[in-house]
Amino acid sequence: MADKRVSADEVVGELRSGMTIGIGGWGSRRKPMSLVRALCRSDLTDLTLVSYGGPDVGLLCATGKVTRVVCGFVTLDSVPLDPHWRAARQEGRVALTEFDEGLVYLGLQAAAWRVPFLPSRAGLGADLLARNKDLRTIDSPYSDGPYADGADAGASFVAMPALRLDAALVHANRADTAGNAQLLSPDPFFDELFLGAADRRFVSAEEVVEAGTLAEHGPISSVSIHRMLVDGVVAAPGGAHFTACLPEYGRDEAFQRAYVKSAADPESWAAFRNRFVDVDDDGYRRAVAETVEETA
Amino acid sequence: MTETVSRATSCTVACAEVWRDAGEVMASPFGTIPALGARLARATFSPDLVLTDGEAALMAGTAPLGAGPDAYTLEATMTYRRVFDVVWSGRRHIMMMASQVDRFGNQNISAIGPPDRPKVQLVGCRGGPGNSVNHPTSYWVPDHSPRTFIDTVDVVCGVGYDRATAAGPGALRFHDVRRVVSNLGVFDFGGEGHSMRLVSVHPGVALADVVAATAFPLAIDGDVPETRRPTDAELALLDELDPRGAREREVKS
Repeated sequence: MADKRVSADEVVGELRSGMTIGIGGWGSRRKPMSLVRALCRSDLTDLTLVSYGGPDVGLLCATGKVTRVVCGFVTLDSVPLDPHWRAARQEGRVALTEFDEGLVYLGLQAAAWRVPFLPSRAGLGADLLARNKDLRTIDSPYSDGPYADGADAGASFVAMPALRLDAALVHANRADTAGNAQLLSPDPFFDELFLGAADRRFVSAEEVVEAGTLAEHGPISSVSIHRMLVDGVVAAPGGAHFTACLPEYGRDEAFQRAYVKSAADPESWAAFRNRFVDVDDDGYRRAVAETVEETA
Repeated sequence: MTETVSRATSCTVACAEVWRDAGEVMASPFGTIPALGARLARATFSPDLVLTDGEAALMAGTAPLGAGPDAYTLEATMTYRRVFDVVWSGRRHIMMMASQVDRFGNQNISAIGPPDRPKVQLVGCRGGPGNSVNHPTSYWVPDHSPRTFIDTVDVVCGVGYDRATAAGPGALRFHDVRRVVSNLGVFDFGGEGHSMRLVSVHPGVALADVVAATAFPLAIDGDVPETRRPTDAELALLDELDPRGAREREVKS
């Protein structure tokens, strides 16, 4: 079996400017932050992000990597709005393609199933349809015949296009060297679909174990990402910090507040970036530990 | 019957009433007062209501606001992906917040100002478009003013009656924008052409205050009643369900 272990830098080396990158997790929960910081430090630009948006979106916007975000929201959960994302939008630096969050799910599913679209009522009558001239509706083909549903005869539906990704990045509680991954937190979110929708698929994990041994660490139903969905595995202990990665750790609320405050002015951001973004993972962990001591 | 009732308590009762006779559906409340209202409804007149733990599961029993996982047991899994099975099946009544809401129930939580460079970027449309055309949807507005109850919303997220009608039968089949609860009163869409109608004013609020705080003409049928006051049993339950008075921080009396 192939050994798929790679470094964060090797992941970045697989990516190019202008790509569409999907990022797993949800809001400020189980985001692949170690890989996100590696993207922030890279020379990549002009990225389009697809995300159930959290600080991944804020950080990549603040470091100038992003020109467009495809999402239904950006939130930090315990802090409703991400100030870095707001600044990028309010200064006109980043475009938004807004979808209902259920449509994002359908778009990823369509890409993973290799169909051009999936139909939905979501979006009918809403401005996401009125404002997105590329988005189409489709009339139900079942207006007559044995499959007809009288109440929907003649009805139109949003044809949610496949959201094909050049690459997907997700963070798991544990992975094996072959690329299977275990999600022990209560919600697997849409990670499996991000991987299914992408050409290049990367999983970072709190721990990487020998191939085929994940079932020793939890029920087999928790190994919901199989190796056919994964090209590269990155060992990244604490790799979702400061977002939640249950059961290993909850959200680091104090650190998230520091992230929020760093948007206050250019000096605060420069200091935050210098200390917590433009450093490798060891440097990051040291800086976080020092911060904890300073505030203790 | 209590003579004085805080505004926050009136709002909580009004939110609970949104889920009366809802049956076995998932209540998805956004905001402190709707969350408390949903719990009050389940603890009293809507016992079959299904509540989530805010993470990825359904919660058995009715736990107080802010209670940790030790205070309740879970009855089934409800991951974000599966929430859409519920949304699109219609077995849900959500109460979302609205940064702006208009006369026909269009809701905005996306942004204020032009799309390319908004003056204020808000959270995003979330599930508003899909919710409003798939299952009963109500809104909570804790700061009723002419800026929130507005003529035209900047971005239509949740779809109102005029827009659903224009979008055709696919949008209308399950469209059901039920109520709006604000810090001043309760509203439905029983006015002409499904326009917003004043259902009740909260105790201590004058009808003229509601009219003045609303940018568009409200439908008003005859004498508008006062929002129902809580029973003594409900007040006792609210002490249990909101031991720290969190609701009083969302809406001032």
